[in-house]
Amino acid sequence: MTALCETADAPIAPRALKRRLRHAERRRNLLFAALIGPLAFFVLASFIVPIASLLGKSIDNPEVHGNLPQTLALLEDWSGDALPDDATFASLAHELTQAAGTPAVANIAKRLNREQPGTRTLVMRTARGLPLPEGTPAREGLIQLDARWGETQTWHLLRNAGGAFTGFYLLSAVDRTVDADGNIVASPPEEAVYLDVLKRTFVMSIVVTAVCLLLGFPLAYLMATLPARHANLLMILVLLPFWTSVLVRVAAWIVLLQNEGLINQLLMWTGVTEAPVQMLFNRFGVYVAMVHILLPFMVLPLYSVMKGIPPAYLRAAVSLGCPPLRSFWRVYFPLTLPGIGAGALLVFILCMGYYITPALLGGPNDQMISYFIAFYTNQTVNWGMASALSVVLLAATLVLYGFYVRYLGTPNTDAR
Amino acid sequence: MLQPYASPLERAWYVGLRVLVGLILLFLILPILVIIPLSFNADSFLMYPMSGFSLRWYEDFFTSPAWRRSLANSLIISPLATLLAMVLGTMAAIGLVRARFPGKALLTAILISPMVVPVVIVAVALYMAFAPFGLTGTYTGLVLAHAVLGVPFVVTTVTATLQGFDFNLVRAAGSLGAGPLTTFFRVTLPQVAPGVISGGLFAFAISFDEVVVTLFLASPEQATLPRQMFSGIRENISPTIAAAATILVLMSTLMLLTLEWLRRRNERLRGVSPG
Repeated sequence: MTALCETADAPIAPRALKRRLRHAERRRNLLFAALIGPLAFFVLASFIVPIASLLGKSIDNPEVHGNLPQTLALLEDWSGDALPDDATFASLAHELTQAAGTPAVANIAKRLNREQPGTRTLVMRTARGLPLPEGTPAREGLIQLDARWGETQTWHLLRNAGGAFTGFYLLSAVDRTVDADGNIVASPPEEAVYLDVLKRTFVMSIVVTAVCLLLGFPLAYLMATLPARHANLLMILVLLPFWTSVLVRVAAWIVLLQNEGLINQLLMWTGVTEAPVQMLFNRFGVYVAMVHILLPFMVLPLYSVMKGIPPAYLRAAVSLGCPPLRSFWRVYFPLTLPGIGAGALLVFILCMGYYITPALLGGPNDQMISYFIAFYTNQTVNWGMASALSVVLLAATLVLYGFYVRYLGTPNTDAR
Repeated sequence: MLQPYASPLERAWYVGLRVLVGLILLFLILPILVIIPLSFNADSFLMYPMSGFSLRWYEDFFTSPAWRRSLANSLIISPLATLLAMVLGTMAAIGLVRARFPGKALLTAILISPMVVPVVIVAVALYMAFAPFGLTGTYTGLVLAHAVLGVPFVVTTVTATLQGFDFNLVRAAGSLGAGPLTTFFRVTLPQVAPGVISGGLFAFAISFDEVVVTLFLASPEQATLPRQMFSGIRENISPTIAAAATILVLMSTLMLLTLEWLRRRNERLRGVSPG
């Protein structure tokens, strides 16, 4: 820009002008790159890469692959009908001896145990017995340490668990597993818990979304029809909880819902019940607190849509002879649908990822998928399973978010 | 509102709607109002009726090492994370509004994606990614994580504010001889300040209320106020939690009022200007 101004009064050759324009353009682009670059780098390094690497862990399979490479290479050529040859036995004995005393053994044991429960002892016992006494052939030595080395099934197991990548965790996350013939089948009932968790997550999100809509609609409607001064007061009453810490609200609901809490005191005083009703550490408590936390997210988009509906439409319908309830249903309600869609999707998306509220106010049967992601990360250090469940949750979230952006525009974070 | 000639049905609807909405608002506001008096309770139960007035729980809050440290941690981590998010987010928003390049929509989507991804996934991912660099259990790690969560709010609010910004002003400043930095601080920033501040407030609120990522990344030494409240609610729920909650409610009221003031100021200024 400045380049143009400086020379505005002197005639310039067209080519020089072009060059200067190009120069200015390049400088502009550099400036924009310098403005956007730092944030792009920051988000890439401390968000996108970690998320991608987390998702990658759902198919990562390093335990056996990384620690028994030579044995696995030999097993590639194995027919699978009879026991492997002596070289394979010797290689396994050698590689397990090297791994003995390091965390690698425990990792191999844990990985194989996930494939077939009970295999942990096989690996641990074998590793303790190694190295084999001088002169013992590897085949006899290993079978002596644990007879299971004499079964072809054990070697199949080792080979199956030995790939660099595995679909094991992702399949487990939807209660599927691969049987001995390589077919995808339903997981054994004692391990098939994740579809239930997923179903529970969806059901709880639907209930919370529905209740939020039922409560949010009349609230937003009144706010949209009141004069601005009163509507502003109502808005502050909606926004104050919105800005209050989630932990504060959880603590407050504990105060209200506990057995000696105000709600139970009121119920007993009015004679509705004799004994206190258990409202905490079950589904009810989780629902109440989640609706309380998410209701503003429903009210705000509903309000902004309703605010834009001219009241004349409703009056016109009534003046044309349509009864009030019917005109509300046929004229007003359809116009609020974008708000309902935006609010419901927003609440549903937020709901699915909830962790804190169920963890503090729910019982064991009220935990949603997030709880299990946290559980596998912190408690059992099963990163593969944590990642696979993350893939499922993230996929569900992104699909819904795609709907949101596609049909309802980008989210309005300005809260108004 | 209600006409004198309204039919009984209309009257019932008018009153019924107001009663219903009153109950819904009670549901929203009651829990927050209920916990505040309990912070002044004389005995150590978090329940009504109160036995007397006392400030002992505030004393406990401000003297017990765990609560003091958590407050200090929150007051270190949240402002730093907010500052980082505000600086990076504002710069990027200005660049994004003015630049035209292929893939801009995708880049914008990536920059605001931390807002969309469920927070537990962010927590687990950062925990696994930060561990090899020794960033778990450090203030640096927490500040970076909280800043990433707050950045989308700064980007979106500043972008929204810039929609009404006339970039000819920047050209004018440049043609009058101001350098880019002078132009930014004297022309652009004062105009977009409300957006930057409300984006910053959002980022601050996100960080100040953040508990899931903190659960994964922080050692007990970096426990923030929400983290301390989390373990308090889990382990021994005492009126100190009510005292902490009251202080947090005060802070959120303050933030809400600031935002409301900014919004009104903005509306007023827009009303005066011919645009």
